[in-house]
Amino acid sequence: MKRLLNQRPGRVPRALLGMLPFVLLLLIYMAASDARLAENPDDKLLPSFSSIGAAIDRMAFEPSKRSGDYLLWTDTGASLKRLALGVGISAVVALVFGVLLGIIPYINAGMSPFVSAISMIPPMAILPMLFIVFGLGELSKVVLIVIGITPFIIRDLQQRVHELPAEQIIKAQTLGGSTWQLIIRVVLPQVLPRLIDAVRLSLGAAWLFLIAAEAIAATDGLGYRIFLVRRYLAMDVILPYVIWITLLAFLTDLSLRSLSRLAFPWFQNKTADST
Amino acid sequence: MSKIEFINVWKEYGPVVVLENLSLSVDTGEFCTVVGASGCGKTTFLRMLLGEERPSRGQIQLDGEQLRDEPGPDRGVVFQRYSVFPHLTVVQNVMLGLELQAAPLSGRLFGAARSRARELAREMLDSVGLSHALDRYPSELSGGMQQRLALAQALIMKPRILLLDEPFGALDPGIRTDMHKLVLQLWQQTGLTVFMITHDLHEAFYLGSRLLVFDKPRIDPQALQAYGATITYDLPLANTDKDTMEGIRQHVEEDVPRALEAAAN
Repeated sequence: MKRLLNQRPGRVPRALLGMLPFVLLLLIYMAASDARLAENPDDKLLPSFSSIGAAIDRMAFEPSKRSGDYLLWTDTGASLKRLALGVGISAVVALVFGVLLGIIPYINAGMSPFVSAISMIPPMAILPMLFIVFGLGELSKVVLIVIGITPFIIRDLQQRVHELPAEQIIKAQTLGGSTWQLIIRVVLPQVLPRLIDAVRLSLGAAWLFLIAAEAIAATDGLGYRIFLVRRYLAMDVILPYVIWITLLAFLTDLSLRSLSRLAFPWFQNKTADST
Repeated sequence: MSKIEFINVWKEYGPVVVLENLSLSVDTGEFCTVVGASGCGKTTFLRMLLGEERPSRGQIQLDGEQLRDEPGPDRGVVFQRYSVFPHLTVVQNVMLGLELQAAPLSGRLFGAARSRARELAREMLDSVGLSHALDRYPSELSGGMQQRLALAQALIMKPRILLLDEPFGALDPGIRTDMHKLVLQLWQQTGLTVFMITHDLHEAFYLGSRLLVFDKPRIDPQALQAYGATITYDLPLANTDKDTMEGIRQHVEEDVPRALEAAAN
């Protein structure tokens, strides 16, 4: 008998084991829900699958009685737009500053302490200021995401630029490269796949800030909806919304990973080598 | 043409003297191999030639003019590792120098100019024996092939001086022998001045036309860093006899480390 740490599951056992916790959670939920509903048919805490199904049907496939919108889809559209704007702006700003901080000593000397200090501010603490300054509209939500994740991405990218071997930078100079050429031909192309990685890591935080901002002041959005229906203990709406948000996050991550694989084939080889 | 002169060059970092009073004159087309125990300033010497470091005292001149103190296209370099760009294919790696020179803003060539650059790069790669791997990424190449690529990349700039920092230190012996042939052949074809740092004395004797041995002539056992290294042997290599080589080998590989060790204890 081999040691436990040397025993590896094959493909089928691996897939089955991977599904096991999900199935278990589902079974536990069903049992608990049945038990509670048997005691009190009006219980709202653990709704049955049929009432969850009805809620999904109501939110996604029937127009709202009040506004005529299909709420799940308008909420999703509003949230994804804010998220995409926030993350997109952050990525562009962070790419510019991360590369400049990483490669130009004078900019590093001038900006690095500032970026470090900014990244220490808890973004939620300045949310009231954002509402005061930018109003309750879209802008303050996007700005919260930007302020929340940009310093992290900048510092990550700056670190990645520092990690480029000094030999490479010298070599590029012996090939006649100027500072600008070095940035666009040597540094930037090698940092882009790292940017995708950094964005993937910061997406969780971006969702957090988005939902927090929507919970406090919004008229649509996924975060707005779950905080709104909380007043009616509408677990039958909250649960599918949370699962939907999780699925969206998973799909975003998956597409970023595929993008990195397709756009930067050299990077995959490299990471495969180093592991 | 590309005469290099070191005139009383010192390199100090605070109280630490790395090189002291180094004077040297190297003519165009010489192949200088540089050997010496670790910590004897070989790398500092190379970094000064590259322009990464400037001398604390004294001057380095290239054709009578002071050497610019930053790396430039007149000096090509091949390091032991990381000399090639992982995000570019083999042929793109070699084209890069041509593109950077021709296109200051975009750093890229397009259309006919690009085809011409590609053709030049292909010829260069042919001469180092890499024409079969044009579109592969460096991570798909063996260590020897990566160093061939680094050589091609440096030589396409037609530098006046080629600096090699232990370029074959990480390669297997058989591949090393192939690389020696290649380097000698390229040196004879181009006639450029070569400086090569190596740990391998046989390599140094076999390849070079001139051998520079870096060593500390004085060691103060109380203050190891008080005296710097300098060139203690400067030999033309065509007519070296075996005894001299054995003497140098013994000195570099045994006496100096032993003295340093004794002093350190």
